[in-house]
Amino acid sequence: MSAQARTARRRSLPLTAGCVLVGLVVAVAVVSLFWVPFTPDDTSGDRLMPPGLPHLLGTDKLGRDLLTQLMIGARIALAAGAGSVVLGGVIGLAAGLAAGFATRWLDDVVSALLDILIAFPTLLLAMLVAATQTASLTSAIVAIGLAMSAIVARLTRVLVKRVLAQDYITASRTSGTSWPRVIAEHVLPNIWPTLTVNLALQFGLAVLAEASLSYLGLGAPPPNASWGRMLAEAQASVFIAPVGVIAPGVLIVLLVVGVNLVADGLRDVADPTRRRRRR
Amino acid sequence: MSLLEVAGLHVRAAGGRDLVSDLSFTVEAGERFGLIGESGSGKSLTALAIMGLLPPGMTASGSVVFDAPGTDRTEVVGAPERRLTRLRGQVTSVVFQEPLTALDPLMRIGRQVAEPLRRRQGLRGRALDKAVLAALEEVRLAEPRRIARAYPHEISGGQRQRVAIAMALACRPALLIADEPTTALDVTVQAEVLALLDGLVAERSMALLFISHDLAVVAGLTDHVLILKDGAAVESGSALDVVNDPRHPYARELVDSARVLDAALDRLKGGGTP
Ligand SMILES: Nc1ncnc2c1ncn2[C@@H]1O[C@H](COP(=O)(O)OP(=O)(O)OP(=O)(O)O)[C@@H](O)[C@H]1O
Ligand SMILES: [Mg+2]
Repeated sequence: MSAQARTARRRSLPLTAGCVLVGLVVAVAVVSLFWVPFTPDDTSGDRLMPPGLPHLLGTDKLGRDLLTQLMIGARIALAAGAGSVVLGGVIGLAAGLAAGFATRWLDDVVSALLDILIAFPTLLLAMLVAATQTASLTSAIVAIGLAMSAIVARLTRVLVKRVLAQDYITASRTSGTSWPRVIAEHVLPNIWPTLTVNLALQFGLAVLAEASLSYLGLGAPPPNASWGRMLAEAQASVFIAPVGVIAPGVLIVLLVVGVNLVADGLRDVADPTRRRRRR
Repeated sequence: MSLLEVAGLHVRAAGGRDLVSDLSFTVEAGERFGLIGESGSGKSLTALAIMGLLPPGMTASGSVVFDAPGTDRTEVVGAPERRLTRLRGQVTSVVFQEPLTALDPLMRIGRQVAEPLRRRQGLRGRALDKAVLAALEEVRLAEPRRIARAYPHEISGGQRQRVAIAMALACRPALLIADEPTTALDVTVQAEVLALLDGLVAERSMALLFISHDLAVVAGLTDHVLILKDGAAVESGSALDVVNDPRHPYARELVDSARVLDAALDRLKGGGTP
């Protein structure tokens, strides 16, 4: 009994650690909605100040408070990650399921389309999306989400095909289960563990992609700082004011690692055959 | 009218190759029919074609007609999916060759057994839980409560096949198709599962289509047999006739090799069929 409890606790360790990391970033983002030390466009401070008072983490090259920017950046990073994963996940899952069930030629067409879309650089896609509207966090999320949907769709398609070839699908159908029920009860639960891990990975990549898009001016416009743009703007003065580079860099890593730990933990919970093997 | 009437059944692969050719047989209500053939002779494909469940790309032609009491006469070949979904489970159900892969690895046994019970018998809540345990007890599973809570990888091969049988029976089909249900099991468990299947089919006066490469097993369990080679029937008749007086050289070969296992045959006959 106690041994069982111990393995259960050990199993949930990555999940717990991941939740703490992600929870920290979420907490900062929530606080930033109600309170930040300074306004983001307040350039009243001296330039490139080191950590101290009243600017706890110092200022950037325009004299803006770094802590304020980091807090607002948390909001943007989470929105970019979650927005792209939801958009890319929903479109990708739907397209992948359709391709997985499609007849041979339709499957071939969809697969070819997906390959083209995956080969298409996300950056170029983002520029195209930004060209139709002004560059904003939304246009960045749409571009990243679309690019992601192709990857998710291709993975879903392969997973669906693999599950559909299994005897338990045929077994369920022999007892007269209709297709929608087979999908809901057997196909989705069986592709979910792998898909979750991939979506978490994509979440991390989306945070990084938004950072690079912001760097190119294709993301959230100033004064709303994204961690990526903070990195880009601070890189010239890294030796004078290292905090400006280290702080957003560390936060990006913490968020990405946290999300991956959560995904890993969730997969272990979702897949009973892994619970034993982990010991 | 026969329960199942297969006439001139062909199964064609995506490339156009005939995997099953011109197969005809009938199964009467309550009859036990054996399908024998070596590995790759098309036994499983025949079973899938009867259910309208051929893998994508394969096509069936000819005729497969079900005529069960309480349902309309149905031609399976070319029937729409909706019609087939109603037929499956209600009229016929399958126990598969490989008991591990026939169960969803991520679903507790209890929920998998509950699925057909809920749909076919409209059971819910406490009544459903009770019916699940009863279904597991019926296939002589000790500790049904533990098994209901277990995942497929947590129980033995023999237990899995009993669960698969329980699921197939939960549909209360008029015809049970058993596709080499014991091939993946060791000999003692094999005999137990066969005896169980034998008893359950007799209790419910279900028809049985039993598939195997093992003539001894089939002859001990069924009334009529059909021998399949490379997708075509080479011999058919009553189990006794085929065993005593095989005509086709391949049938004779099968009988000869079965004689070696005579002891096993006798044991099954003694402990099995009434
Ligand atoms: N999905 C498939 N695509 C193409 N050919 C297939 C497919 N499934 C089976 N076949 C072929 O059809 C033939 C009959 O296969 P089937 O599974 O019916 O054999 P079987 O009699 O059940 O053999 P076993 O005793 O090994 O189960 C084999 O030659 C096999 O290679
Ligand atoms: Mg087979």
